[in-house]
Amino acid sequence: MENGVVLSMRKIGKVFPGVRALHNVDLTLRKGEIHALMGENGAGKSTLIKVLTGVYEKDAGEIHIDGEEGAITIRSPQEALSHGISPVYQEITLCPNLTVAENMYIGRTRGLFVSQKEMEKKAGELLAGLNIPARPKQQLGSCSLAVQQMVAIARAVDGDCKVLILDEPTSSLDDKEVEMLFKLMRDLKARGVGILFVTHFLEQVYAVSDRITVLRNGELVGEYEVGKLPQVELVAKMMGKELESLSVIKKENPDGEKASEPLYEAEGLSSSESRPFDFHIFKGEVNGFTGLLGSGRSESVRAIFGADRVTGGKVRMNGRPVRITKPYDAMRQGIAYLPEDRKRDGIIADLSVRDNILLALQVMKGFFHPISRAEAEKFADEYIKALEIKTASQDTPVKSLSGGNQQKVILARWLLTHPRYLILDEPTRGIDVGTKTEIQRLVLKLAEEGISVTFISSEIEEMLRTCSRLIVMRDRNIVGELRGSELTQEHVMHTIAGGGN
Amino acid sequence: MKKQKRPTGLTQLLVPLIALLLLVLFNLIRDPSFFSVEMTANNNGDPVLTGNLISILNGASEMAILAMGMTLVTAASGGQDISVGALSTIAASMFIKVLRGGASINAGTLLLGFLLSCLVAMAFGAFNGTLVAVFRIQPMIATLILYTCGRSIAYWINGGASPTVNSPLVSALGGFIPGIPIPTPVLIVLGVGLLFALAFRFTSLGLYMQTVGINQGAARLNGINAVGMKLLAFILLGACCSVSGIIGASRLSMVNHEQLMLDIEMDAILAVAIGGNSLGGGKFRMTGSIIGAYVIQALTTTLYAMKVASTDIKAYKALVIILLVVIASPVVKQKVAHLVGKMRSNAVGKEAA
Repeated sequence: MENGVVLSMRKIGKVFPGVRALHNVDLTLRKGEIHALMGENGAGKSTLIKVLTGVYEKDAGEIHIDGEEGAITIRSPQEALSHGISPVYQEITLCPNLTVAENMYIGRTRGLFVSQKEMEKKAGELLAGLNIPARPKQQLGSCSLAVQQMVAIARAVDGDCKVLILDEPTSSLDDKEVEMLFKLMRDLKARGVGILFVTHFLEQVYAVSDRITVLRNGELVGEYEVGKLPQVELVAKMMGKELESLSVIKKENPDGEKASEPLYEAEGLSSSESRPFDFHIFKGEVNGFTGLLGSGRSESVRAIFGADRVTGGKVRMNGRPVRITKPYDAMRQGIAYLPEDRKRDGIIADLSVRDNILLALQVMKGFFHPISRAEAEKFADEYIKALEIKTASQDTPVKSLSGGNQQKVILARWLLTHPRYLILDEPTRGIDVGTKTEIQRLVLKLAEEGISVTFISSEIEEMLRTCSRLIVMRDRNIVGELRGSELTQEHVMHTIAGGGN
Repeated sequence: MKKQKRPTGLTQLLVPLIALLLLVLFNLIRDPSFFSVEMTANNNGDPVLTGNLISILNGASEMAILAMGMTLVTAASGGQDISVGALSTIAASMFIKVLRGGASINAGTLLLGFLLSCLVAMAFGAFNGTLVAVFRIQPMIATLILYTCGRSIAYWINGGASPTVNSPLVSALGGFIPGIPIPTPVLIVLGVGLLFALAFRFTSLGLYMQTVGINQGAARLNGINAVGMKLLAFILLGACCSVSGIIGASRLSMVNHEQLMLDIEMDAILAVAIGGNSLGGGKFRMTGSIIGAYVIQALTTTLYAMKVASTDIKAYKALVIILLVVIASPVVKQKVAHLVGKMRSNAVGKEAA
């Protein structure tokens, strides 16, 4: 093992039924280093952490740790601890109704009887040494979240800790608390602890980390020194696009800004899942939300549709104030929403293609006005033909259709309601290329007919091809709006990365 | 990917129909006169139909009505209501209390009794529904409460052991209406069935209940009030409890809060299952549950006709039900479908050769 290296993972592989979660992943953590583990949602960060902490057993690869001969095996969290690997998870897993000292030593003491005094004395020394503003006898629940997080870290590093894993430690902290946490991380770094820092906040990575390992689709993209990897390149690596190879697609921009009022307008709209934001769309406009996975783009459109609990904000349709607090309200306003996860939120798996197509229209007509069978068959036929849905019959359960055809069924469901404003969240994910272009063409056709469309896609090319305005999100905030000549991949990436122009 | 075919349409009714057919055949072979129906005069001198067939149709009434409501609860909530026996007893007690309260029993008091009993039962249904839909308690746990205390409540309502009423009107409700040879409970089942048929025809009850049961999240995103639908299912089941409780009480012109419709919840749930409906909720066919109720009653009547001691009947019933449930299980169905497919392809192969 190299000098100064505290942990090395080589060619780690992990397979779940039907999914290759990790393949040939390497990770090297040095003594006294803060090492950021980066990747989009689903890139394999969590799986790698879980392999390291013994939650999962790896299927391939080797793990070496400083001071131990040969490869080690980690079959349980206890074994991970015994090798000096301590994780602190995003959600605080301590007991708020116990004291700080008790929390630091619970489950770690040998024997049945513990001297309360000695425990509190040791806890006090440790807290003081790390400059953590908490008293040993204080109830944990009375501390701020940041201090609780720090207590959890103190518990983790007490004893023989070589590798400290911080999994999204800052997600529920404010800026000041984050700074406190960073100070603690730097202290620990100075003591020689290797810290593996998992986060999706790009700025935070650049604020404290020394090195970055990037994963994508369960594979290693590379390990980089922070100083040598500009933020925009990090984004490109996470998304799997090399900056050099970005082709410049110019869009002929009709620009939706007309003198008229917007069709839909939101001011300070927020939901249980999204931060307040402003947004508007004009009649016949196609715009889009872009950003990394988890940047809050889906949460924003869900807030527009009332899919999550709406917590504030003003909404106007054609200038008239309206209240949209649940999906039904949005539907009454002519808003339609094709959800990101079609299996979970879209299809009614056991019902027939016909019932699935009819559902939204039926709900809008009302409980006491069922659509007659003849009419239902006519509507279903019409849309099966128009969208070329491949199904054995109208009566086929929708779950036996392919993903692309299921997506078309849901699209048909909403088109049948003749919406004024259509929100499409990842309509082309996981479907074949042919259907993808069909859907893109359909979006543009609908816009020509005067329907406003908000489009979300992980594929930037697709968005550039269809949208005349892009709203860029990072860390659950809108950080930019691009239109006209700004609509290039490079611009989008720069904005996502926070480099501005 | 392997496609798992869920029974759709008529195929779902195949198992309960075959079960019913087998029971009929078995009885015909055992005793050809089993199904003979005779017109005889009852105690009041009115002509009435009698025979095993009639007693099956008559005896299954309460179960069939409860099975209809249970189908909706199962579909929407993915669980079962085990308090229907207790709730029926509460409803019956309420009915008898109103009848005993009045000076004389006439059509008006009967109607008032029904309305009040229905209201009370629907309120208790709403209580169950709130626990399930709003507090997201598992249906079986939520209804365990009323299952446990329901019969005590029924006792309190009348404050006496087994209150009786004495009225030809009540006897007619539980027996025969003079001049009509068909048992009144059978007519009531027809009426309730018709009401549900109308509801399915003139509202989106079926689509909404199934959607909520299959995918509650998606139902909400399509503008359906999922909580409201679950609540509605339990309230409708409450109304069913009231009707079946009144039938049960009218048969004997009294309420025995300890004994009335004891263990009927299990039969009602079984009827839903035999009807080919998934107890996990979602897609359903109410017709299946109704046939299921008659299968169970036919089985009971057959066993009685075979002079099986009433203490042993439950054991024999269990044997047959094990058979039915196993035949209806997805594993067996898949095997059968596989076999049928093989035989077909063999036949095609032979034709080709």
